[in-house]
Amino acid sequence: MNQKLHQCILAGAAWLLASSAAIAQTPAAPPPPLKIGVLTDMSSINSHMGGAGAVIAAKMAVQDFGGKVNGRAIEVVSADHQGKPEVAATIARKWYENDGVEVITELTNSAVAIAVQNLAKGLGKINIVSGGVTEALIGKECSPTGIHWTFDTYSLAVGTTRAVVQQGAKRWFFITADYAFGQSMQARATEVINSMGATMVGSVLVPQGTKDFSSYLLRAKASGADAIALAVAGNDLLNAIKQAKEFGITKGGQRLVASILFIPEVDALGLDATQGLTLTTNFYWDRDDSTRAWSKRFYDQHGSMPTSPQAGNYSSVTHYLKAVAAAKSSDPKLVLQKMRDTPVNDFYARNGHIREDGKLVHELILAEVKKPSESKARWDYYKVLAPIPHQSAFIPLAQSECSLVKK
Amino acid sequence: MKNTQNRLLLLLFVGVLAVAPLAIYPVFLMEALTMALFAASFNLVFGYSGLLSFGHAAFYGVSAYATAFLIKDHGFSTELALLTAVAISGALGALFGLLALKRRGIYFSMVTLALAEVIYFIALRWPATGGEDGLQGVPRGALFGWLELNDTMTLYYVLLVMVLAALALIHRIIHSPFGLVLRGFCDSEQRTLSLGYEVQQHLMVVMTLSAALAGLAGGLKVLVFQFATLSDLSWHLSGLVVLACLIGGTGTFWGPILGGIAIALLHSLLAESGSWVTLIQGVIFIACVQFFREGFVGTLSKRLRNRRATSLREQA
Amino acid sequence: MSGYLEIILSQMMLGLVNGSFYALIALGLAIIVSMLGIINFAQGAFYMMGAFLAWMLNEYLGMGYWAALLVVPAAMALFGILVERTLLRRLYDANPVYGLLLTFGIALALQSVFRIKYGISGRSYSLPEQFHGALDLGFMDLPYYRAWIIVLSITVCIATIVLVERTRLGSYLRAAMENPRLLETFGINVPLMITFTFAFGLALAGLAGTLAAPVYQVSSQMGAHMIIVAFAIVVIGGIGSLTGAVVSGLAIGMIEGMTKVFYPEGAGVAVFIAMALVLMFRPAGLLGKG
Repeated sequence: MNQKLHQCILAGAAWLLASSAAIAQTPAAPPPPLKIGVLTDMSSINSHMGGAGAVIAAKMAVQDFGGKVNGRAIEVVSADHQGKPEVAATIARKWYENDGVEVITELTNSAVAIAVQNLAKGLGKINIVSGGVTEALIGKECSPTGIHWTFDTYSLAVGTTRAVVQQGAKRWFFITADYAFGQSMQARATEVINSMGATMVGSVLVPQGTKDFSSYLLRAKASGADAIALAVAGNDLLNAIKQAKEFGITKGGQRLVASILFIPEVDALGLDATQGLTLTTNFYWDRDDSTRAWSKRFYDQHGSMPTSPQAGNYSSVTHYLKAVAAAKSSDPKLVLQKMRDTPVNDFYARNGHIREDGKLVHELILAEVKKPSESKARWDYYKVLAPIPHQSAFIPLAQSECSLVKK
Repeated sequence: MKNTQNRLLLLLFVGVLAVAPLAIYPVFLMEALTMALFAASFNLVFGYSGLLSFGHAAFYGVSAYATAFLIKDHGFSTELALLTAVAISGALGALFGLLALKRRGIYFSMVTLALAEVIYFIALRWPATGGEDGLQGVPRGALFGWLELNDTMTLYYVLLVMVLAALALIHRIIHSPFGLVLRGFCDSEQRTLSLGYEVQQHLMVVMTLSAALAGLAGGLKVLVFQFATLSDLSWHLSGLVVLACLIGGTGTFWGPILGGIAIALLHSLLAESGSWVTLIQGVIFIACVQFFREGFVGTLSKRLRNRRATSLREQA
Repeated sequence: MSGYLEIILSQMMLGLVNGSFYALIALGLAIIVSMLGIINFAQGAFYMMGAFLAWMLNEYLGMGYWAALLVVPAAMALFGILVERTLLRRLYDANPVYGLLLTFGIALALQSVFRIKYGISGRSYSLPEQFHGALDLGFMDLPYYRAWIIVLSITVCIATIVLVERTRLGSYLRAAMENPRLLETFGINVPLMITFTFAFGLALAGLAGTLAAPVYQVSSQMGAHMIIVAFAIVVIGGIGSLTGAVVSGLAIGMIEGMTKVFYPEGAGVAVFIAMALVLMFRPAGLLGKG
């Protein structure tokens, strides 16, 4: 009896030792992948600005970077917020809190960008905006963990609006989309207009997604303004321009001003309808060799020339990954430090750096849409008029409403 | 027999909910609980009084906006904001009742729908409600000054207690003499009136109560997600709460609760592909109306009743 | 011409265009509601479907606008027959609430199907060549197409009302609603009448959709707000009155136009305020039969 018991105990102990040895030999589980979230508009009025192209741009950036950082694989996840801030905020919250996403990028449109930036601020996570352009992102709604990677409504006003006033437009009428972008745009443009001695003769607010601009356009026509500014984006802009033509709004010599314009919109409307429109941007695919090289690679994957948000997404993801590698960690504070300390110099941003309010200051360009006779091929749409140096393109820190700026 | 069965069910329900956040994403659980409360409050008017209020999102949404507005722009404390918002939606319920209860049946539904659209429109245009962006970044605050609601777990248990209390209240209303009058009205208005009951008054009261409780759901939702937007006032949401009751079973207590959880689950599973959710909701609507009008709980209780009836018959 | 008068006249003109749409859609809805007792929440979705059908005919079959004007209503009528036979049959004897809920489900489903395929922004439908250009009215340029909308809508509305209220077929349809049993004893196939009525309502929606495609952009959301306005218009006109629906539709379009002169952002709520007023002072609607 005793012997059997001893045998059992010995056998059991041996088995235990063997098992623990085996467990100790098991290699440690691989570190979790670094997840980058691309949250964009894939089905609503701004789907051509970021959309699927923005996801492609992010994946290109990851691929070019090598697919791994700090021994971790890099994973790109994406979702469609349909242009709605609450859908965006819900997805972003789940991504940050539950799914291990460490940075959310792109974020077209302005309202979505503000909503997600606020959420990220509360959770201490990083967000980078290449889509939404409201200057509030670096003003009232600025965040220590939020970076604004593109131009904003201040830039558009000092670029486009100023140029058009200089061309002789003294009386302005605004048709404004009633959300974050439109409101920012109208406010800032009004300041510029007034400072140059011109006047705002009237304005009307329109809901996002308006299909029929006819009654607003007729009001604008009746106001006798020299310039009718369309502070609307995406498909709303397309509809407004088409209907302006239908109703002969510019027959009497009034001109249309598109507050914000992207290349797919020019492509959709045609040069006939858009020639002569002035625009402010930071990226044009045909600007120089570096933009052409990258854009061709993008075109091969997406079938359309890249927009500013798409190029910005590539640039920002690359910069983020470099910072993660340099910081040897994905901890937000360390990564942001590296992001701010390192200048940005690529095909998208020349001599760029990140300011304390989260703005990537970089050079912008003032351009004009070509006449049909001046264009030699599809996508050959812009005439670059002049660069806008970064010192004048963005709101001076002294005037900033951001609480992070020490004055 | 039934009482202990019910008690056990209740205990199970509360027990599961108490430990669930350890395994399931708490934000989702809270979304499910607020939806369940919204559906249960709506059912007081729909299932028990037989009136299809097709604009109930107005109460949910107005309270959501009020809560957000009072906390964010006026520095109200969380509990005071919630109370005020609930009072406001209750008052709105009374107003809707005043205008809509003049009619019955489909006219009633159309009037509630139209009134809800007016509310939607006001929220769209009034600068204070942030237009299409809604009110974002609402701080959760601290309940009574010491329960820090930023901590998801604390928020969860606070919300759980409030929802359970509200559901208990609804249960009480249903099983009270007041509730019986409502059911009488649902069966036959003429007869109830002939028995001397003030039907119109009862309906007004239930409208107000239902609106206030829907408002509680809306206010709680703002604390969870920290925003109030136009979707909270949309007719899509009004339709969703009807669907929740249909799936679960109108005219039962547990039906809307389960239906509300089901709707939240569906939404969460497909959140990242928005359009598919709506498609499935539409299909479920059609299927329920065609084949499944009693909903899960309704069908279940009917089966149980039949089985008991046949077993009783067999015993006799 | 003074700017003020110019503004009022041009907005009223546009209001008449919008009103023509409202009238057409409200008429289809009123027919289904008054004659079948089904509160068809999907009328807006059917309108949207009609617009998409027109687009699809062009995109995949190269069929132009004029053909679409005939094919789309016919196709929608067929779809209506399908829906009526399979889904609505069981609901005639049930609580009218179920009809509303069923059609609500259909509306949600249809909207999502098109949204999944075509996104929220939808597709563009180009203006038929014959319509390029505008009528110079002095106070505004009225594009030819918008003038056509007014003409076609009002013509179809009048023709429909005449059909229903003055012809034998129309009297059978109305009788089928009021007393189906009695009508059956006369040897009239009542279920067929009912199916026909529903299909006709959908054909009207399809026509409205085709008419809208060149101006309003074809998108999955185009019927979403329209249906609520259509309900309000039917209530204002009076449930049971087809003429009421048409007249109210046109009137609301003009009222909205006037509102846009003074308070453009408030135009959307005008119809609901009108509805509230009508319900308070004339609960059966302007021309309703109570």
